[in-house]
Amino acid sequence: MVSAPLIAIEDLTVDFANGPHVSRAVDGIALQLAPAEALGIVGESGSGKSVTWLAALGLLPGKAAVRGSVRLDGRELVGAPPRELEAVRGKRIAMIFQDPSSCLNPVHRIGWQLGEALRLHRGLDRRAADAEALRLLDQVGIADARRRLGDYPHQLSGGLNQRVMIAMALAGQPDLLVADEPTTALDATIQAQILDLLRAVRRDTGMAMVLISHDLGVVAENVDRVAVMYAGRLVEEAPGQELFARPRHPYTQGLLAALPELTGRRRRLAAIPGTVPEPGSLPAGCRFAPRCPAADHRCAIEAPPIQSVAVHHRTNCHRQIEPGFSVWSLPKAAE
Amino acid sequence: MSPLLEAVDLHRHYSVRTGGGLFAGKAVLRAVDGVSFRIRAGQTLGLVGESGCGKSTTGKLALGLIPPSSGEMRYDGERMPAAGSPAWRALRRRLQMVYQDPLGALDRRLPIGTQIAEPLVIHGIGAVSERRDRALSIMESVGLQRHQFGRYPHELSGGQRQRVVLARALITEPRLLVCDEPISALDVSIQAQVVNLLLDLQERLGIAYLFISHDLRIVRQVSHDVAVMYLGRIVERGDAENVFARPAHPYTRALVSAIPTVGDKRERILLGGDPPSPANVPPGCSFHTRCPFATAQCRSEIPTLQPQDDGREVACHRVRETALRLVA
Repeated sequence: MVSAPLIAIEDLTVDFANGPHVSRAVDGIALQLAPAEALGIVGESGSGKSVTWLAALGLLPGKAAVRGSVRLDGRELVGAPPRELEAVRGKRIAMIFQDPSSCLNPVHRIGWQLGEALRLHRGLDRRAADAEALRLLDQVGIADARRRLGDYPHQLSGGLNQRVMIAMALAGQPDLLVADEPTTALDATIQAQILDLLRAVRRDTGMAMVLISHDLGVVAENVDRVAVMYAGRLVEEAPGQELFARPRHPYTQGLLAALPELTGRRRRLAAIPGTVPEPGSLPAGCRFAPRCPAADHRCAIEAPPIQSVAVHHRTNCHRQIEPGFSVWSLPKAAE
Repeated sequence: MSPLLEAVDLHRHYSVRTGGGLFAGKAVLRAVDGVSFRIRAGQTLGLVGESGCGKSTTGKLALGLIPPSSGEMRYDGERMPAAGSPAWRALRRRLQMVYQDPLGALDRRLPIGTQIAEPLVIHGIGAVSERRDRALSIMESVGLQRHQFGRYPHELSGGQRQRVVLARALITEPRLLVCDEPISALDVSIQAQVVNLLLDLQERLGIAYLFISHDLRIVRQVSHDVAVMYLGRIVERGDAENVFARPAHPYTRALVSAIPTVGDKRERILLGGDPPSPANVPPGCSFHTRCPFATAQCRSEIPTLQPQDDGREVACHRVRETALRLVA
């Protein structure tokens, strides 16, 4: 984080126009990512965790208004001409999604689709592209790669399709891979294979990664640093071990307390009451205040600023929760 | 004590076409292939496994929604009547189902109160005003508010919709609820709300659950016993805490080790490849193609569930070999 960041997001805001209504999906996010670093983004549906990165890459539809700054190696991406963005997407920054089969073209063979990515991003001719496609499938652990190049996506399992997507993402030799819930649709044993593959690829290539997930376990095991988002805002950010051992924001504490464990004594889960606010009707002040057992009247009216609470540990909470104390042990939380 | 629900050597096979065109052939898809279990009143059996392992089909068999190809389902010691028969309909009051997708299970054109009371109409229970009262009272017990009676499904959040589905299932005072991935579509913070609700309802009403899920952590949280399925068969069964703390079958061990954790790191057994298709189940132990411990015996002989010293049952030829513990 001390070296020049690979990507720096400053005060990023995304508004969606819905007729006369404007709903704010992302509200003033600031994040940095160093080369080769792995950053996890955690949050529930509607937290803005995916929209942040779609906005950064200029992939949102026209009704989305994006403000703020996203710099890749110092070059501004917000408002950049389409041609410049096209040179970034796939080449410098690649993205993979939850459902690989919807991202692959069903009427083209795997080999053709990989070849297209290689011609586009690397300018390889047919013969070189064929050889490289084979090497990529091999790199992502697909056995019998030559035969698979002739397969259509529907002939492959979900796990194999996700491997193909990763191969396509690697085709441009990107500096950053944004993986949006890459294993959510997969079974547990296949998820473990894919996460293992991503680790191996990063070890070999030094590629940075943003791992977006609702699964705290997946994030904990696969990234260096974690950012927690809630209702469009960044609520806490820290190195993974620090965040999971000493969470300071009531929402992060709540997410961890709501997670059942696989071993040890069974305890009653702490359930965060209420639901995530709708983007159209966000509470004033702290967005989490209506669900927070530690909220006071200041939380209801004044948005908390993000501030440092320890080395590399930031949180936006008025209450400045002491490390080691969980607000979910307050009597109010047990209601 | 006789179990509330008992499955005896259930099989459910489908005949399917393989390939296409001239070379199309027929195969037997063994969705459920010899499954037995018991659920006692007020207890929860967790059924875990990956997609295609037959856990949802087992859930449908448990309710008598589909007939088994062979074997039988017993409710209170009696054989389950055929689906659609008057006896089965009468029984259905006591056996209800909750699915993963609450929006798909609800009618978006009807207010939720009407939908919650609907099973009473179907079973001809109570007068109109009594049905309304019962719907309101069950709404309260699942944490919905009375004023939401006239709301439509789209006006509610995902967690609230799942509460509506639960209320509708509970209104006939069932003794068993089959829950098929009931919380998989919900956010983490809402999952905990619904899990706590299910546990409270069980304590208060003495309902038994057949809880089907791929999420081992949630299953452990709600289950007394757990059964692990692979390709239509139960490979390990026993006390939920015990099985997840000390999984014995190599598949259970891989499954448990594949769960990413926030806390301490555990051994990780990475399985190669995908599970085979249930239309093409390997001979012998169906797990042998992915098992790091497989021997010639595993490739030819189907292992049966054998009781172990700690009360669990495991279907593995090599489970008693202490050497296996050292390998991983």
